[in-house]
Amino acid sequence: MARSWSELLGEENAQPEPEDERSGRFARLRDSLGKSRRALTQELASAAFDPGNEEDWERLEEALIGGDVGVRATAELIRRLEARPELPDLTEALAEEIAEMFGEPPTLDVSARPALILVVGVNGTGKTTTIGKLAERLRRHGHTVVLGAADTFRAAAEEQLEIWAERAGAHFVGAERGSDPASVAYDAIAAAEREGADVVVVDTAGRLHTQANLMEELAKVRRVIAGRLEGAPHETLLVVDATTGQNGLQQARLFGEAVGVTGVALTKLDGSAKGGIAVAIAYELGLPVKLIGVGETLDDLRPFDPQDFARALVAG
Amino acid sequence: MFDTLSDRLQSALGDLRGRGKLDEEQISRAMREIRLALLEADVNLAVVKQFVAQVRERALGQEVLKSLTPGQQLVKIVNEELTALMGAGASGLAFGRPPTVILLAGLQGSGKTTAAAKLALLLRKEGKKPSVIAADLQRPAAIDQLEQLGKQIQIPVYSEHDTKDPVAVVERGLDRARLDGQDVVIVDTAGRLHVDEELMDELVRVRNAAKPMNVLLVLDAMTGQEAVNVALAFQERIAFDGVLMTKLDGDARGGAALSVKHVTGRPIKFISVGEKVDQLEVFHPDRMASRILGMGDVLSLIERAEAAVEDDEKEEMERRMMKGEFTFDDFLKSYKMLRRMGPVQGILKMIPGLGKQLEGLDQVDEKQMSRVEAIILSMTPQERAVPHVIDGRRRMRIANGSGTSVQQVNQLLEARKQMAKMMKGMGKGKMPDLGQMMADGGAAAPQSAMSTRPGSAGRKKKKRSKARR
Repeated sequence: MARSWSELLGEENAQPEPEDERSGRFARLRDSLGKSRRALTQELASAAFDPGNEEDWERLEEALIGGDVGVRATAELIRRLEARPELPDLTEALAEEIAEMFGEPPTLDVSARPALILVVGVNGTGKTTTIGKLAERLRRHGHTVVLGAADTFRAAAEEQLEIWAERAGAHFVGAERGSDPASVAYDAIAAAEREGADVVVVDTAGRLHTQANLMEELAKVRRVIAGRLEGAPHETLLVVDATTGQNGLQQARLFGEAVGVTGVALTKLDGSAKGGIAVAIAYELGLPVKLIGVGETLDDLRPFDPQDFARALVAG
Repeated sequence: MFDTLSDRLQSALGDLRGRGKLDEEQISRAMREIRLALLEADVNLAVVKQFVAQVRERALGQEVLKSLTPGQQLVKIVNEELTALMGAGASGLAFGRPPTVILLAGLQGSGKTTAAAKLALLLRKEGKKPSVIAADLQRPAAIDQLEQLGKQIQIPVYSEHDTKDPVAVVERGLDRARLDGQDVVIVDTAGRLHVDEELMDELVRVRNAAKPMNVLLVLDAMTGQEAVNVALAFQERIAFDGVLMTKLDGDARGGAALSVKHVTGRPIKFISVGEKVDQLEVFHPDRMASRILGMGDVLSLIERAEAAVEDDEKEEMERRMMKGEFTFDDFLKSYKMLRRMGPVQGILKMIPGLGKQLEGLDQVDEKQMSRVEAIILSMTPQERAVPHVIDGRRRMRIANGSGTSVQQVNQLLEARKQMAKMMKGMGKGKMPDLGQMMADGGAAAPQSAMSTRPGSAGRKKKKRSKARR
């Protein structure tokens, strides 16, 4: 059973995604992932896996590293598999261990009124697009949404978010290019309170995690939000591109230090990338994935389901 | 968090100086370290395996030079092999009968639009007359972004807001460029997944219409193991000539560069090293090899320094420094030179061995440098030339005049003293210890002099966002 939006948003009586819908519009995750994306076990012919054969273990290790899972998380997965007294079905066992690394199915906390979601990440990961789709989802689940365009740096970033706001029927708060991003966040909260909106989503400019002054600017945005609205930001999502390699760990680590990330949105899973970096981030930093992006349409932003994802990664 | 390969090899091999040859077991241990280092740098696994086999062969039976530890000897081999793998020398663009067309393609978010503007600026600096065609009709507001960038750098941008067909836009854009006498035309295309057949077909049509002399794949330096599949797919469909690698100003090792060159045979031609529009550089394989290995980039540093400093300025400065004269006027001048070289962090990272120690130095930012300048500018000409006249009252006045504290002024005075001392030492032929230099004054001066937390600047209500870049 795939995780539903109702479950992710912590609604009462939330049910998993019903089967019939999944086989239709919400087909299995695997179907919406890139067609050329090959499952790990396809690459190592897991049926023939022999736990007594050193070379088979090496092939498994290589397949995991080839999926961007990273050296340390890979070593840990191998260790856990080796520690099993028997290994009748490698595919099943590997999927279990990976799901285990991701921990409990996540929720997105939008219970406060208004709830504030801050969205951060390096350049070009798909922050604005993710926010647009999230706004539409929130609207469908009965929330009124304010979008704050605190990306005041990139040329035309505001226009891009405004187009999404229109599509998702969200209230839009912008500012002039080059103005203070913290003040945009401030204004967005004020607008939400004025309009009685339920959720404020704040978009920020992409920045490389190594740019100390830009990270400080981001920390200031967070401080202003926290000072303006009690308990906010209720969620701080780091948007990570699934094609990212081991640098994703550094992104998660440094954004986490600057603004206290609560979860990851893993985007662009519709390519051939496996998104194994999410496993590394979950294992090394204990940071859960909350959302995944599997395509361009509004329906292609989904709640993250550890078991579904692990199975799709391993078995296809 | 990354150890340099050199450190890793050193600890794996221990000190074997004077032992002659590396034996099989030591080499195996070292190869494992090389393999891990390359994988952590996101070099594709298949490429790593082949590469390691090559290095092993060369390493076996190698004499360990007496002056070098075996680790360094191995690093040298790895560095040479990496450089060779990435292609010798820099490779530029091809130019034909004008207008020469350069087509940019790549995944979403790789940085094509920004790269288009940066490339146009770089070409104009080289005396070309470039323009850009906005053929990304997919991403909302992509055209606006390019138009704004074009306005910013005064480069003509051809765009059509109501057209859905990029081929038509490219054709009309090229007609326009010919009419306007542009000799280079850069075509910015929509980002697309290499597995999206429909959009890849469209890209082929755009390519056929544009008839480019140069097709560049724009690739994010942070790309992981998939870089190989992405590159192969784009190569198959649009046969790109080279790669423009973006976001190398971060701490990504950029192992994807190696993978792509290895599987497609296409060289990296340009690298983007910062968000500012002028931060695009021609690619040098040897420097990239050092980066992947975490060994710094001295050549780029020297090049930038040379570009930033006027010759006569330099001579005068050197002459004075050798004599141990280092007034605040000199201080200000050297600061200005440093700033012309670009963001300080970027410069510091190029110094070998410093990459790792830089964590504490990350705070050296432009704002702090501005504050140092403000303090100096608040001094009288006499104070700048003869710093020892600056007594307590003058310190107070300078602090007030520059909006800083007496303590900060004191720190700067102390930094100047240290630097003057160091310069004198250099004049006498003593090379200063780099670590000491960082700690005492030198490049770290802005930090030690200005230990204010960056956040305190936020108290002043001013246009921060403009100041920040």
